[in-house]
Amino acid sequence: MSLEEKVKDIIVEKLGVEPDKVVPEARFIEDLGADSLDTVELVMAFEDEFNVEIPDEDAQEITTVKSAIDYLSKKIQSAE
Amino acid sequence: MARRVVVTGMGAVTPIGNSVKEFWEGLLEGRNGVDYITRFDASQHKTKFAAEVKNVNFDDVLDRRERNRVDLYAAFAMKAAKEAMEDAGVDLEKLNRDRAGVVVGSGIGGILSFETEHAKMLKHGPRRVSPYFVPQMISDIAAGHISIRYKLTGPNYATVSACATASHAIGDAVRLIRYGDADFMVAGGSEAAICPMGVAGFNSMQALSTRNDDPKHASRPFDRLRDGFVIGEGCGILILEELEHAKKRGAQIYAEIRGVGFTADAYHITAPAPGGEGARRAMRMCVEDGGLNLDEIDYINAHGTSTPYNDKSETEAIKALFGEHAYKLNVSSTKSMTGHLLGAAGAIELIATVLAVKHNVVPPTINYQEPDPECDLNYTPNQPQERVVRAAINNAFGFGGHNACISVSKFVE
Repeated sequence: MSLEEKVKDIIVEKLGVEPDKVVPEARFIEDLGADSLDTVELVMAFEDEFNVEIPDEDAQEITTVKSAIDYLSKKIQSAE
Repeated sequence: MARRVVVTGMGAVTPIGNSVKEFWEGLLEGRNGVDYITRFDASQHKTKFAAEVKNVNFDDVLDRRERNRVDLYAAFAMKAAKEAMEDAGVDLEKLNRDRAGVVVGSGIGGILSFETEHAKMLKHGPRRVSPYFVPQMISDIAAGHISIRYKLTGPNYATVSACATASHAIGDAVRLIRYGDADFMVAGGSEAAICPMGVAGFNSMQALSTRNDDPKHASRPFDRLRDGFVIGEGCGILILEELEHAKKRGAQIYAEIRGVGFTADAYHITAPAPGGEGARRAMRMCVEDGGLNLDEIDYINAHGTSTPYNDKSETEAIKALFGEHAYKLNVSSTKSMTGHLLGAAGAIELIATVLAVKHNVVPPTINYQEPDPECDLNYTPNQPQERVVRAAINNAFGFGGHNACISVSKFVE
């Protein structure tokens, strides 16, 4: 499974949204109905899945599906 | 004239049935809710059995995502609240929501969530603790969830008084209606503490039965061979309504809540006061507060935990208060079937009391085999008893020395 697919799966699972809503430009809060606690949980799920640590200041920038995918791709590349 | 409070809806999730109908049928047939623990591996625990809620389905109250964000105790509360609201047949569009509130407590709160998140923190560090941990754990959150679900914007909080929690919640709700703060209240208690820490803690106190070779006979209130309580779980919710409000909307009326009696033993953190002194005063208060006479009480749904201490001192309290009449009324402990639901006990047991008053039948104390000379009342042994029940009391006593008693009677204009 690609990183992109894994990220989308986590969002579907944690936010309880339909997979077809999880498009790159979708915003967690405005488009996918998340609240501030949901976004914290989402970031924790990313950390677990990809075995990375996401500092709070970075987490604040992860607000859309695309920003999550881009951030995690970069993070994993730099780790390798 | 004083505002009167009636019961117009009820909901229950219990170890012997997940609706009021199943619960009541279970009580009358002497259904036994106790068995070996399935929720966790209890092989290292002194007690290996409990009264777990079985086959409960939350799909009609919580979607998958919501279910992961509430503790089991709050999920039980959502389930029972839905049944109670539907049973009350209330039209939410017509309800004045500002005068409709919720008082639902939990003796312990989300201890299952506490265990899970604490284990995560020890293993993976503090950053892994879920942002939902606090709202899962806190004992007031069931009241919050119910208000959000039904948009009830009146008084809203939880009570906490160990095994008297639900009775304090219900008693407070009665008084909010009487005092004029609300016309419609969702009240009760919920508990889900069958977990490694919960059982271990009560075991260390030597509060639980350890009859591991015969768990079905472990909860045996007032029996000579009783050796402790059986931990149970679940939720009871009652819809309490101001009489004129209920009549105006043509609501069914199960019974009238007559009086409330709250006292403290001020004696010991876990042992009852000698002679059940605090319990006796609370019973007297709930009878007097309801304008009832002692000889009108035909049934006492006892706290009857099946611990050596409680059942003896509760018996002494009943005898000291009622005198001769103590031998004419029926007593029973439905904990013989459901186990002890702790902070939810006073709610499911008030439901049993209300139905006893309504149907003129007293549910039994099962597992009553060996009479105890110190407990010599009519405990309605093993079989339900049909009799006129004009008025009845439900008793609830909590660690900390809290006593909360509520009296109920048939509704008469």
